[in-house]
Amino acid sequence: MPWERRPELDDPVQQALIRAIESGLPLVARPYAQIGEQLRITEEEVIHRIQLLMENDLIKRMGVVVRHGQLGYKANAMVVWDIPDERVVEIGRCFSHFPFITLCYSRPRRLPQWRYNLFTMIHGRGQDEVRARIETLADHCALDEKRFEVLFSRRCFKQRGARYASLRNEPDPLK
Amino acid sequence: MQPHELTSLDQALLNDFQRDFPLEPQPFARMAQSLGVGEDVVIERLRLLQETGLISRVGPVFPPNRLGVSTLAAMAVKAERLEEVAALVSAFPEVNHNYEREHHFNLWFVATAPNPAHLDRVLHQIAELTGLEVLDLPMIDDFHIDLGFRLQWT
Repeated sequence: MPWERRPELDDPVQQALIRAIESGLPLVARPYAQIGEQLRITEEEVIHRIQLLMENDLIKRMGVVVRHGQLGYKANAMVVWDIPDERVVEIGRCFSHFPFITLCYSRPRRLPQWRYNLFTMIHGRGQDEVRARIETLADHCALDEKRFEVLFSRRCFKQRGARYASLRNEPDPLK
Repeated sequence: MQPHELTSLDQALLNDFQRDFPLEPQPFARMAQSLGVGEDVVIERLRLLQETGLISRVGPVFPPNRLGVSTLAAMAVKAERLEEVAALVSAFPEVNHNYEREHHFNLWFVATAPNPAHLDRVLHQIAELTGLEVLDLPMIDDFHIDLGFRLQWT
């Protein structure tokens, strides 16, 4: 999925809206009205614009965004796989059907340091559960050679939603 | 707040509203209606869950590489430098996730920027400031269908 410039995002109201919601809706009775006041548009327009963003797949979902690590899902394991290039799409699709897979991406190899081309995030309540799930995946999706590594998380230094609009409008700190 | 202190209302709030958040003037009233409690109770509990860090926000999840461009990056950092390097990486506003993982490549972060040139500059600057190599591992294909995350309480 290569990057493409989205001209509709150049609309200043759209940018302001994304900036207003990207770190979360205000937890008040009428959140859309409050955002609208900030942006000087109506509550109705806020709702309509969010609907459009969803229809255009610029918002994937709206709702409660949970921090898994805080909920006892301590074993959040990034499992990286070395899959023959010609099978990576098939295997990626096969893996993604399992409910305990919360992310499944193909990425480039960086040889010689990095040989793995398929990345999955597997949540489990302990390392044993995660390891059992890896076996399930490998068997179910008929991996002939199991070349993978499990990278359990140790410490979280930072976790928050991406900031898109804020970065776009702030002065570039690197210039 | 620890997971065992969650009320059944908290569990429902965490589990049942990860998608399809009501797009109507009083979304919390709609949630409250389906939960059989008051609107103010829903708002109060969500505030508490957010303050205690169990939820990161009530709001949108953006797909990768649509509003901007992002990448996953990895660094191999010696143990004695890890905290210093992690703090330097986290200080970039473009970095939204930054984790230590059990591996030779032990620092993993996600960086997001409005365009590819901006993102490249961030990675280069991190490499320069630390004197360490930064593996740039941008996504090629996303196979996952995001339906939120089903929590199990047992």
